[in-house]
Amino acid sequence: MIVNYFPVYDFSEKELIELNENLSLALNISELIAIKNYYRSEKRKASDVELHTFSQLWSEHCYHKTFKSKIVFNNEEIDGLFKSYIEKATKELNKEWCLKVFEDNAGIIEFDEEYAIAVKVETHNHPTALDPFSGAHTGVGGIYRDIIGVGARPIATMDYLFFAYPTLDYNNLPPDAYHPKIMLKRVVAGIADYGNKVGIPTVNGCVQFHNSYLRNPLVFVGSVGILPKNKYVRNPKPGHKMLLVGGKTGRDGIKGASFASISITKTTGVKYYAAVQIGNPIEEKKIIEGIIRARDHPKGPLYSLVTDLGGGGLAVAVCESFRNLGAEISLDKIPLKHLDMDPWEIWISESQERMLLAVPEENLEEIKRIFDEEDCEATVIGEVNDSKRVVIKQGESVVGNLSLDFLFSNPPKLTLNAFLASNNQNLSINEQKLIKLDYNQVLLSLTSDPNIASKEWIIRQYDHEVGARTIIKPLQGLNLDAPGDAAVLKPLYHSWKGIVISNGGNPNYSIDPYRMALSAIDEAIRNNVSCGGRRIALLDNFSWGNPMIKEELAKLVLACKACYDGAKGYDAPFISGKDSLYNEYIEGNERHEIVPTLMITAIGIIPDVRKSVTMDFKRSGNYVYILGFTSDELGGSLFYRKFGIDGGEVPNVNPERAKIIYEKVIKAIDRGLVKSCHDCSEGGLSVAIAEMCIGGNCGVEIDLSKVPTNLNKPYKILFSESNSRLIVEVAQGYEKEFEFAIRGIPFAKIGYVTSEKRLVFSMEDEKIIDLELSDIIKAYKTSIV
Amino acid sequence: MRPKCLVLRAAGTNCDLETAEAIKIAGGDPEILHINVLIKGEKKLDDYQMLVIPGGFSYADSISAGKILSNILKNNLKHQLKKFIDEGKPVLGVCNGFQALIKSGFLPFSNEVNQSASLIINKNGLFIDTWVYLKINPKSICLLTKNSPNVIYLPINHGEGRFVCNKKELEKIFESNQVVYLYSSINGIVDEAYNPNGSVMNIAAITNEYGNVFGIMPHPEKFVIKYQHPNWTRFPNLKEEGDGLFIYSNAVKLAKKFC
Repeated sequence: MIVNYFPVYDFSEKELIELNENLSLALNISELIAIKNYYRSEKRKASDVELHTFSQLWSEHCYHKTFKSKIVFNNEEIDGLFKSYIEKATKELNKEWCLKVFEDNAGIIEFDEEYAIAVKVETHNHPTALDPFSGAHTGVGGIYRDIIGVGARPIATMDYLFFAYPTLDYNNLPPDAYHPKIMLKRVVAGIADYGNKVGIPTVNGCVQFHNSYLRNPLVFVGSVGILPKNKYVRNPKPGHKMLLVGGKTGRDGIKGASFASISITKTTGVKYYAAVQIGNPIEEKKIIEGIIRARDHPKGPLYSLVTDLGGGGLAVAVCESFRNLGAEISLDKIPLKHLDMDPWEIWISESQERMLLAVPEENLEEIKRIFDEEDCEATVIGEVNDSKRVVIKQGESVVGNLSLDFLFSNPPKLTLNAFLASNNQNLSINEQKLIKLDYNQVLLSLTSDPNIASKEWIIRQYDHEVGARTIIKPLQGLNLDAPGDAAVLKPLYHSWKGIVISNGGNPNYSIDPYRMALSAIDEAIRNNVSCGGRRIALLDNFSWGNPMIKEELAKLVLACKACYDGAKGYDAPFISGKDSLYNEYIEGNERHEIVPTLMITAIGIIPDVRKSVTMDFKRSGNYVYILGFTSDELGGSLFYRKFGIDGGEVPNVNPERAKIIYEKVIKAIDRGLVKSCHDCSEGGLSVAIAEMCIGGNCGVEIDLSKVPTNLNKPYKILFSESNSRLIVEVAQGYEKEFEFAIRGIPFAKIGYVTSEKRLVFSMEDEKIIDLELSDIIKAYKTSIV
Repeated sequence: MRPKCLVLRAAGTNCDLETAEAIKIAGGDPEILHINVLIKGEKKLDDYQMLVIPGGFSYADSISAGKILSNILKNNLKHQLKKFIDEGKPVLGVCNGFQALIKSGFLPFSNEVNQSASLIINKNGLFIDTWVYLKINPKSICLLTKNSPNVIYLPINHGEGRFVCNKKELEKIFESNQVVYLYSSINGIVDEAYNPNGSVMNIAAITNEYGNVFGIMPHPEKFVIKYQHPNWTRFPNLKEEGDGLFIYSNAVKLAKKFC
């Protein structure tokens, strides 16, 4: 129970840096000087409780310094990436259905007149790198608390996972790294354990492989919730009591927020041994039920504020929640796991399954009765006031007393430099490798690539049914083994209206970060549209390397510019997002950065879930259409990667044109003209059609010469990954009606579904691919672990 | 008169909302209640005409699935529940509810209230989410599955659903037709190939000696409307009602007798 005090007002720069090191504060020198000046003006020593408060609140993880910094990019000056691109697009689009965006724990948009949807996606990369099970486990726990943190009931989980190739030879595995197979299995086990136990279905996701993720696996987790609009409250008043609900506070998860803001080295595991939290899903379930009951109480919500204890623990939750008011908190009231914890540890512990509520005194008894009935501890730990200060007490002694204005106004803004040499060198493609291709073998090798191959063994470990709201499920087709484009949920038992959840992102396109980001947006929207989603809201989640490196930062700038252009072009605002930086491993003088990775989540709605569409071919004799134009865009494609070809054009997007394609498809879907619809992405149109055949347990005859394109080489048509393309199945006799509905966009009838279980792709009467369905299925079901 | 149906939950129960919805569609009046209210005596089982213990991970499935909940049923509510069952009121345990009824001994023999069977970790060691076909035992004495179609289709979502039983008791439940559903093919062929979790003799659901207590691992409440079927987009002619609904309708009908 020791509190240490430091006369920082007198410290030299060297002493400040030493202090920063000794306490692992992860602050930079200008921040340390600002702190020194603060104590000079208050004429007193700094307590360790206070110093850790700065460390947590000003960490990259909590404050997002990089996205707020001034950036000089080539000759351009950018006043904050978030403000200049992400938020700007949302503000300009100014949608009345965006109810709360970029303000609270989760983005909130309208669902119908009575209800709203809450969505949040986060990463849990750093903890997962150290402990894959617990990292993923608590990542899921954290995301549900963000949803319940706006008073919504979580009803869906999403997970986007990135690992090194599971085929990595054990002999090449560095001694201190997890093998990607083990990493993948433990991460999946962690997600399944948490999601299944809390009883929230995992309905959408992706798993991608790239060797840059060896030391830095990426785990994105998301959740969607639903809440009655009139039950949203955030109105704490002086005199309201602070109620801490859920689990006890312990030493697990100390300095998680600072840890999430640094690069990983050999010693990270030792230094931040306590940074990974330990999850308890049932504790979380109790909190959810307790908060929903308090929310739906006949008197109206019993609380005036509810928030999650995440990164930075109580320190961040208390300071952020009452930043315009003031608060006094008694650390000795907090139920502890470890009784000998020092005050600073209690204050910043990130022990899981805890939430903070503000409760008017007259509701205190009733809300405590509810939590008691749920077997969930609820303790009054302090009071809201209007002092504009946060006062932290241990017994009678004050161990921290900070100005909230200073805490929130003053992390000195950085100016960062970004630079990228223009990439004009036209990499000539060595087509030597591509003559006399055995196209059958190529298609089989693409479908068996871990990026494409079946993820059924993962999806079946996740409960995707619980809640009975999952109308379009992740596995589709006759044998329920084909990959769906999006999930459709019917959140209310009394309404047919649905939520459509999809994602997009392909880090292999990061050779052109601008196009990569636009492609991610297009893919997420395209997947959504395939199932019937519209009125789309977007979430951006960046996982990047070290932003202090000019090139990495420049790539970030370019991706953010694309986010702005994409949001504007598709008329789809960003409603929430998060960045995870410093995803790199430093080994001596060598930096291993991850490839820049942007995941876009798209949340659409569908007026009637009974109109939703799946991707499996439905009936032989039906026609197969391709919508959209196929260009010479194989840069970063799976096909080029298979053949070790660098260069080439990364798929581009014209959002305005793409938007028209999607609007027309939605019209056709609403008229019931679309029997199945699947997006063309990795592997191009050949893989998309193969997947539809797997779903339909049928064959297909395709004439490649009909495809709208300016290409003539079969491999380019088959494997180009041009964006904004969809494969659509139309019933016999409805071609005219369908073609009328989509008139004005590039499209072609390219073939038909057959009952013979063969996939035949020809070009000017020459058979290019002729494969048994069973061979495709065998390739697709190649085990990736 | 809609019978009052208790949906009993505990910490970690997570199928209570859709269970209440299924009861509502079936014509019952559901009330979701925490078991602590019964333990404290603020309400009694007697206030209800039907009991459903829904799925989930009660008390985290610590020790083993449904074990702690089964101890509470035995230690705190044994007499109430015994009386409820003896009166002939319908009791339905789904997934975690089934696990709790088996481990507390109310199934398969509610007369004895001794555990004689169990539901253990799936043969593959993993949680499984998939859809299964279930063949009815046409001679089953279960009152909740009267007029069952020969084969029904429902999802399973469990990690510990492998039914095991002593030989003597196994013979007894087969002899007395307490076995209700067996995992099967779409055509009702019962074979190890269609057994998702390694259950002995493909057993998926059983009833007690009176037929009013029904335990089932698959989830009837998750298929009460057509659009919950995993392949409704392929089969436009599916009937509007899901395969699981009739179980709730039977239960509610039986419960009405006690109104």
